[in-house]
Parts: sequence; structure tokens; C-alpha cells
Amino acid sequence: MISTTITMDQFMLSIYQTIQMVSISLIIGSVLGIPLGILVVVTRPGGIIENKWVYGLLNPIINIVRSVPFIILLVAIIPLTKLIVQTSIGTSAAIVPLTIYIAPYIGRLVENSLLEVNPGIMEAAEAMGATPYQVIRYFLLPEAFGSLILSLTTATIGLIGATAMAGAVGAGGVGDMAIVYGYQRFDTFVIIATVVVLVVFVQVIQSLGNVLARKVRRG
Amino acid sequence: MIELRDITKIYNKKGAAVTALRNVDLQVEKGDIYGVIGYSGAGKSTLVRLINYLEEPTEGQVLIEGVDLASYSVSELRAKKKQIGMIFQHFNLLESKTVFDNVALPLVLLKEKKQVIEKRVYELLAFVGLEDKAKQYPNELSGGQKQRVGIARALASNPTILLCDEATSALDPQTTDSILKLLKKINEEYNITVVIITHEMEVVKQICDKVAVMEKGEIIEQGAVIEVFGNPKHPTTETFVRTVIKNEVPDSLKQAIQKDGNSKLLKLDFLNQSSSEPLISKLIQRFHVKVNILFANTTDIQGAMLVTLIVQLEGEGAKAKEVIQFLEGNDVAVQEVVYP
Ligand SMILES: Nc1ncnc2c1ncn2[C@@H]1O[C@H](COP(=O)(O)OP(=O)(O)O)[C@@H](O)[C@H]1O
Ligand SMILES: [Mg+2]
Repeated sequence: MISTTITMDQFMLSIYQTIQMVSISLIIGSVLGIPLGILVVVTRPGGIIENKWVYGLLNPIINIVRSVPFIILLVAIIPLTKLIVQTSIGTSAAIVPLTIYIAPYIGRLVENSLLEVNPGIMEAAEAMGATPYQVIRYFLLPEAFGSLILSLTTATIGLIGATAMAGAVGAGGVGDMAIVYGYQRFDTFVIIATVVVLVVFVQVIQSLGNVLARKVRRG
Repeated sequence: MIELRDITKIYNKKGAAVTALRNVDLQVEKGDIYGVIGYSGAGKSTLVRLINYLEEPTEGQVLIEGVDLASYSVSELRAKKKQIGMIFQHFNLLESKTVFDNVALPLVLLKEKKQVIEKRVYELLAFVGLEDKAKQYPNELSGGQKQRVGIARALASNPTILLCDEATSALDPQTTDSILKLLKKINEEYNITVVIITHEMEVVKQICDKVAVMEKGEIIEQGAVIEVFGNPKHPTTETFVRTVIKNEVPDSLKQAIQKDGNSKLLKLDFLNQSSSEPLISKLIQRFHVKVNILFANTTDIQGAMLVTLIVQLEGEGAKAKEVIQFLEGNDVAVQEVVYP
């Protein structure tokens, strides 16, 4: 028998909490990050609705948030977290910093995906008299779709790592479990189990992303 | 129909100003197939992009059917652009969409009904000969087929003008031929005015009625194709013409030509109308000169024959002058040639 300090229920709960944190912050982060990425692309110099004020505001914001390590962000925004979810510890408290961390990251990834779109396509769109909305809806997004899926895959994997770190504030999830039981109580099995779970998560998500991207990209 | 008035276009890139067009005037009539030829960097793309206002002129006006494009609001300009189709060297098709969806795009932008779109798209695909490719993706097509999709897409919104920026430059000669025939058919069947940008004189020769030759941002020569080919005035034009009309005398012949004080070498370019008359025999009878034909070439420019002769004329100076006058009076461009 393996000797460990945790029960199967505790283990399953931590996996469930990780999935919950990753998916909720991924959804909210995408809702914020995708439009952010689009906005940065269309307002950049030479973009379809070039606007140096919007671009000049959003671009540094993304850079600033992106340059703060997650573990510092986590602590730094505790007052904001308290304001939004009334508590600074636990799973729901972790979702706030996770979202703030991932949204600009998604924004940047989306920006890169959209910038990869062949400029000739944009020229064709403009020559057809498409409105800025139509350019985004019918040209930019469909052409970047495969690449966007890969970007979101990368973001999700980044988020899994951050979620594990959020264990430091008692967020729950496999990271928390690894710290409390594995590290503080010297339970090697928990450490190994955590690593295995994370590796499986990352593998599954990356493969899923690759398959989906290939499917939408076509032959 | 399309009029560029005294256009100057200056690009500002990181402080450095590039003058892409300088004082350009151009008039394209309804139904024309107008060629614009020049070397890379001459300003051709800039010129064609002004016609649908992808670029705005720094100075001067672009008029379509007499209306200055600068006078339109943003949304009016978008509506106007839908009346001007455009095709590109690298096709610019959406790789993520099927042939059908690519051609349907302009109609989707116009918010047409689904049934209307379907009917129109199949009509267009039939017109360009790709009915069976509707469900395929661009990366499954050959270059020529991709350009046909590009053409179908450009025609979807029923434009009155079609702009072609190096549309055949990425294609092999045979495919080029078939695309040019298609453009001609579009011009004839739909009475669409076609503006063709190219660096290949062969394209101009095959389908254009009129041509403008560009160099360093300026139009250095323009006119009816047959006239420009028959009598190029600018050295650059002549270089272009020579790429399709091989009227250079072979070196071996040049060396064999005997030099004597009494003979003159003349290059004669006959325009269509005069080539049917026995002008040379008339000349010999009337002026009693000896004419030695050294070289002859005939080029067919869309049915019009352009004949070039190089002759050695023997006779005294005064007689030669009369002969030249006589020929010029009969629509023959005469040029004395000297071989070193
Ligand atoms: N967007 C641009 N920004 C700066 N310079 C440009 C731009 N587009 C074209 N040019 C310059 O203008 C000149 C004419 O270019 P172009 O119209 O593309 O010529 P062509 O189509 O005959 O090759 C070139 O010197 C080119 O470098
Ligand atoms: Mg060009």
C-alpha cells in the first residue's frame, strides 16, 4: 500500500477545484482578452481604425500586467480581490488574480495571431468596402481561427501553472494540495501525484488544441 | 469615367518621404481595357490603388464618373468601392473559406439573402469555369484557378470597373493567356472598364486598347496601343516594345551591310492601313531608287498588323529626302538607322 496523508476524496476535490479555477478564469479572461487583442490590432498604427489614444493606452497596460510575476500580482491585488469576492482566500478569491493575469496574456496572444493574417486579405477586404466590423467578423477572425485556437491553448496551459501557484494563498486545487500536504508534511506521494495530474492536463489540452487547430485550418 | 487629375502621391515612412507619383494625369474611358506598364517601383500599384481610394492622393483629384472621391463620406466611399472590383497578383483569397464562400463574401457584406447569394455565386463560378470547385479550398487549386476565383469574387457585386494589379504576374504564359481571355470576355460581355497593371508588354499587346508607360512616378508616354507600339517615343517605351516586337536586325546582317556614301538604312514602321498597299513598288516606280529589303517583321496586335521593314535605299541625298517625305505622307514612321 502507498502511504499518504490524503484521502481519495481530497485528491478528487483538488482536481475539481483546479479545473474550476482554470475554466472560470479562462472564460472571463477570454471575454476580456479577445476583444482586447482585437482592439490593439485594429487601433495600432496602420490598423483599420487606427487610434493612437486607444492603442497608446491599452498597449502599455498589457505590458505592465504582463511584466508582473503572477505570485506578486496575487498578493498585490488582494484589496481588489476582497472588494470583488468579499474574501482574499479560497478558490473564488484566486479567480480574480488569475483572470487579471490571463486576460492581457490572451490579449497579446490574440494580437499576434491576428497580425499573422496575410495583409493581402486586409487589402481585399478594404477594396470590397467592408466596414471595420465586417473586416473583423468576415476576414480577420476566420483567417486567424486556427492560430487563435493555438493561442488559447497556450493561454490555458499558462493558466494551469498559475493556478498551481495560487495554492500559496490557499486557493485549493492540486497546487494547494502539493504545498500543504506534499511540501509542508513531507508527503512525497502527493508531490508526485500533483506533477502527474498537471502533466496529463497539459498534454490533453495541447493535443486537443492541435487537433482542433488542424481541423479548422484545413489540409 | 476614371480620371486622375494632376496627382502627386508622397509616402511618409519614418520621416523619409518617397514620391511615388508626380503630376500624373490619366483618363480612362468607359469600356476601355487600359494598360499601365512600368518597371518595379515605377508607381503602378500606387496609381491603381488611388482609383479605389485604398490610397488617397497627396495632391490632385481622383474622379469616377465625374465625381471627386474626396467628396464622399466614409460610408459613401465604401458603397463606391463595391462598384470597383479588384484582383491581385497573389489572389488574396481567404484560405479558411471554400471557393463558394470566397466568391460569396462581397454579397454577404451587402447583406444579400441566402438564395440570392447561392444563385449568383453559381452563376459567377460557371462564368469563370469553376462550377465543380465550389466546395474546395483555395490551397487545393492551381494558380490559374485561384485567379479565376479572385475574378469571380471581384465581379460578385456587379462592378463597373475592374482593377487588376499584376494579376497574371504569378502565372505561367499559358495560364496568363487564358486569364487574359477571360478579362477580355468580361470587358465585352459586361462592358466593364478594365485597368491592367503589368510589367509585361505581352499583356498589353494581347488585350489592351490603350496604354500608359510609367517611369519613376511619372507617365512618360500614353496612347492607343497600336500607336505606341508602332512609334514609341521614349527610350523606356521602346525597350518595352522591343520585348514583344523583335525588330532588331541580326548582328551578322549588320556586319554584312556594305557601307557606301550613297546608301541610307531606313527603318520603316507601317501602321495597319498602309500595309495592304504596294507602297514599296510605288516608291521604286516613282523615284527610281533601288530598295534592298534587309529585314521584315509583322506583329499582330489584336488583329491590327504592325509591319517593320529595314531597307537599304540607294540614291542621292536629295532623292532620299523626297522618299522619306512620301513614306511619311503614307502613315509610315521612318527612322534612319546607323550601325557602327
Ligand atoms: N505604403 C508605402 N509606404 C512607403 N512607400 C511606399 C508604399 N507603397 C509604395 N511605396 C513606394 O512607392 C514607390 C512606388 O511603389 P509601387 O506603386 O508599389 O510601384 P510598382 O507597383 O510600380 O512596383 C516605390 O518606391 C515604393 O517603395
Ligand atoms: Mg506593384
